[in-house]
Amino acid sequence: MKDIRSEFTALSQLIYGKPLVYLDNAATSQKPKSVIDAMRCFYEEHCANVHRGVHRLSELATVHFEKAREKVKNFINASSVQEIIFTKGTTDGINLVASTYGRQNICAGDEIIVSQMEHHSNIVPWQMLAQEKGAILRVAPIDDEGAFLFDAFSALLNAKTKIVAITHVSNALGTVTPLKKIIEASHACGAVVVVDGAQAVPHCAVDVTNLDCDFYAFSAHKMYGPTGTGVLYGKKKWLESMPPYQGGGDMIASVTFEKTTYAKPPAKFEAGTPNIAGVIGLGAAIDFMQRVGVQNIAFVENDLLQYASIAVEAVPGLRKIGTAKHKASVLSFVLKHVHPHDISSLLDRQGVAIRAGHLCAQPVMQRFQVPALCRASFAVYNTKEEVDVLVKALIKVSEVF
Amino acid sequence: MFDDDINDLYQELILDHNAHPHNYGELKCANHQARGHNPLCGDDVEIFLLIKNDCIEDIRFTGQGCAISKSSASMMTDELKGKSLAEVQAIFHIFHELLTAEDSSKLDINALGKASVFSGVKQFPMRVKCATLAWHTLIAALNDKNNAVTTE
Repeated sequence: MKDIRSEFTALSQLIYGKPLVYLDNAATSQKPKSVIDAMRCFYEEHCANVHRGVHRLSELATVHFEKAREKVKNFINASSVQEIIFTKGTTDGINLVASTYGRQNICAGDEIIVSQMEHHSNIVPWQMLAQEKGAILRVAPIDDEGAFLFDAFSALLNAKTKIVAITHVSNALGTVTPLKKIIEASHACGAVVVVDGAQAVPHCAVDVTNLDCDFYAFSAHKMYGPTGTGVLYGKKKWLESMPPYQGGGDMIASVTFEKTTYAKPPAKFEAGTPNIAGVIGLGAAIDFMQRVGVQNIAFVENDLLQYASIAVEAVPGLRKIGTAKHKASVLSFVLKHVHPHDISSLLDRQGVAIRAGHLCAQPVMQRFQVPALCRASFAVYNTKEEVDVLVKALIKVSEVF
Repeated sequence: MFDDDINDLYQELILDHNAHPHNYGELKCANHQARGHNPLCGDDVEIFLLIKNDCIEDIRFTGQGCAISKSSASMMTDELKGKSLAEVQAIFHIFHELLTAEDSSKLDINALGKASVFSGVKQFPMRVKCATLAWHTLIAALNDKNNAVTTE
């Protein structure tokens, strides 16, 4: 593990004179040297635009860019590179589906189901679509542990359900949803399933073919890659029949003032110059995860999560929020009489970085009747010693108030 | 226990007002009120004013938030009760400058009374909005702005 840590330059710095304990990985992970080097190499050695130049550098840039698409395809076990669309991130991917597939297929009176623990990015695009079309947004509930209530969800499914938009792993609670069952049940009543995989891909092996999901969106920056880059996987049959997302260069077959014909997927959904360096960085991040081993990453993080879940019980007045049986990487909590922002400010001065706030999941705050949460989230480079520092600092906080 | 600068932020006085806020609760006879909200962190405050003869005769607040926002609202109500509207504007200006101006050395912070304790918040840029929320909401109440004040 020491070797892995040494690949992350940012982790060795001091914050206010204390060693950094970075536990905000669900917001964004730190980046290994190999990712930063891959991006630097692109800018220093083969920077050119992709898919258009007939010169050496453009060819090289295109090769590296498309190699990353191949890596993504293999990483999530899609059946073809045509099913891999590069986006700005998870939010962009979900909005793409809502504005294309959604606009094309949702009519007045249709129903869209989201869960109670969605990130705002998997609520708001569907709300906007429902408003525009006169469709209805239904909410699948969770229990007091933060577990997905499958039976209650099943009861919401009916012939009018056209889209089920569901997270794979909750960013606020860490709950892993029973995705395969959800997808099977949704398909049985004719709905397509859009998965927010932002918090899952960094922590567990994802196989979109085995899941049989229709769309799966995730971000590079939560899986050791750069910001501003993400992936939308979509089944080929949907991508082919969907209208384009944005118009512009790269997404066309031919343009005249009378008529434009569109390129085939994925180009159809990638108007404009993409984030080439970002995509190359994502490819390097996948290489990093595969080198360490996705199973090993999951093992290390689960071990940390178990350890931390028990260790924080030593903090007076601490209440864990999100205690479902199947969880990944996230430990959320509140302290009696202390607001999460005060906790976060006090921890910060101890070098400990956590997230405090509504975590872009206000319905989760409402469900648990808290104004905000503290969230510690783990990556493969974190250690039990760091958890100990967190717990010690939390005990200090509880003594101040 | 913690380093000096964090102790500057979480002084005894701030912790006291957080635990036992003064003038907390609705003011039924208020003739001015406004609500303030920080969408990034969820801090929420409502200010109630009873203004007579250009003077704050009574002031109360409700809401929820962090220790900095709650204690700031508490001390603000303490300091402003009984002040004329002209004095309130002057005090608001000093408080605002104290937390946001590059050089606050020339300010008459005595005019702030206990609220001068928030000078330490300047070291924590992410928390300045917590301390100023109640004050901005106060100004909105004075101006009878019906839209909720937001820090963003």
